[in-house]
Amino acid sequence: MSNKRKELIVSAIENGTVIDHIPAESVFQVIRILGLDKTDKQVYFGINLESKKFGTKGIIKISEKYFENVEVNKIALVAPSATMIEIRDFEVVSKNNVKIPETIEKIVKCFNPNCITNHEQVETKFRVFYDENNDLKLACRYCEKNTSRANVVFL
Amino acid sequence: MKNRSLVSINDFTKEEIIKILDLAESFEKNPRQNILNGKVIASLFFEPSTRTRLSFESAVQQLGGSIIGFASAATSSVQKGETLKDTILTVSNYSDLIVMRHHVDGSARYASEVASVPIINAGDGANQHPTQCLLDLYSIRKTQGTLDNLDIAFVGDLKYGRTVHSLTIALTMFNTRFHLVSPPELKLPSAVKRHIKEANLQYEQYTDFMDVMPKCDIIYMTRIQRERFPDPLDYEKVKNAYILQNQMLTGSKDKLKVLHPLPRVNEITTDVDSNPKAYYFEQALNGVYVRQALVASILGLA
Repeated sequence: MSNKRKELIVSAIENGTVIDHIPAESVFQVIRILGLDKTDKQVYFGINLESKKFGTKGIIKISEKYFENVEVNKIALVAPSATMIEIRDFEVVSKNNVKIPETIEKIVKCFNPNCITNHEQVETKFRVFYDENNDLKLACRYCEKNTSRANVVFL
Repeated sequence: MKNRSLVSINDFTKEEIIKILDLAESFEKNPRQNILNGKVIASLFFEPSTRTRLSFESAVQQLGGSIIGFASAATSSVQKGETLKDTILTVSNYSDLIVMRHHVDGSARYASEVASVPIINAGDGANQHPTQCLLDLYSIRKTQGTLDNLDIAFVGDLKYGRTVHSLTIALTMFNTRFHLVSPPELKLPSAVKRHIKEANLQYEQYTDFMDVMPKCDIIYMTRIQRERFPDPLDYEKVKNAYILQNQMLTGSKDKLKVLHPLPRVNEITTDVDSNPKAYYFEQALNGVYVRQALVASILGLA
């Protein structure tokens, strides 16, 4: 199979965004986080595709849609390896790795049920840090409790 | 710290903490001054806490300030379903400073973002109680002459004890050696131990109370609550192991002092009270001076 043929396993798009190198198991989560299950744009996705870097990967292509940084940040938590590729007229215009930001606002729920953000309409704010096992943790600005990656729930 | 809210001890540097303790010392020498004359302090206790509330109110009134507020959510508009935000915005209009106790974690930080006047956190749920932490530090410094290089034992429920967590983290600034005495079920959480490790300090964990007795300068007692144990048998096994009795203090250091955030139930037997090493009631008195220092400095009057 030629390289060109491989790329076309998921249809090429004329204008829009390709999100590549998503961990295969995170594709559906990325779709949900970005609200692609509710969009009226054309969305293609593939899971368990071959990847030189990761073994398997997932990919999502969205026609006629570009993303703001704050939206991209949302997926960095579940797909830190993802690449955002902007396509215009079938050409790659830019290619960016998503980055886990130093702070995460509004998009994640605090794990602590007694946190004020779960009691009143308060936008959540977290500081991102890594613990001694290098696991990602989110420190709540309000209750000061840490939410670990496994407990992350998106708002 | 004029106009600054006091929400969490973690917001303060070592220098800032020492400055507050020094100021508290000057209020201890002269606790009745008229410097808060004409100032209105709101005391909003959404959750009852008689000791903390009276300590604040005494601190303010000894300095000539007036107090408005409520002692429990039942007597406030929370009863009618008012949000915390609305209560804080309203009370901001009536006062120069708000002292607030609330059962929800993080409520104090949120209130400080909403309020147009400074907030002093008098306890937000299981999270922070910074004035308790400062009065503990004040009591340690006053009795030992220093905060540096001390051997400090924490005894009892180290897992859920909010005061233990805050004080441990604050003491990592002072080269403390930590002695952690608890049943295995109630050990200090690893998130708190991480602070000790990050400061390159030592801690030892014990299950036998008597092991630490000859070593420490301070014993900080806490209460072990029955409801912390899913299995009542586990509670029965440990309930008497962490009770301090007077004869246990034989052989401890001369300068040892026993601290307790109070209220005490049975974890320190009453025969300890007359021992000069018992310090918990003086500790509570120190809270008045520390709160005077905080109110005065936040209002820019000291």
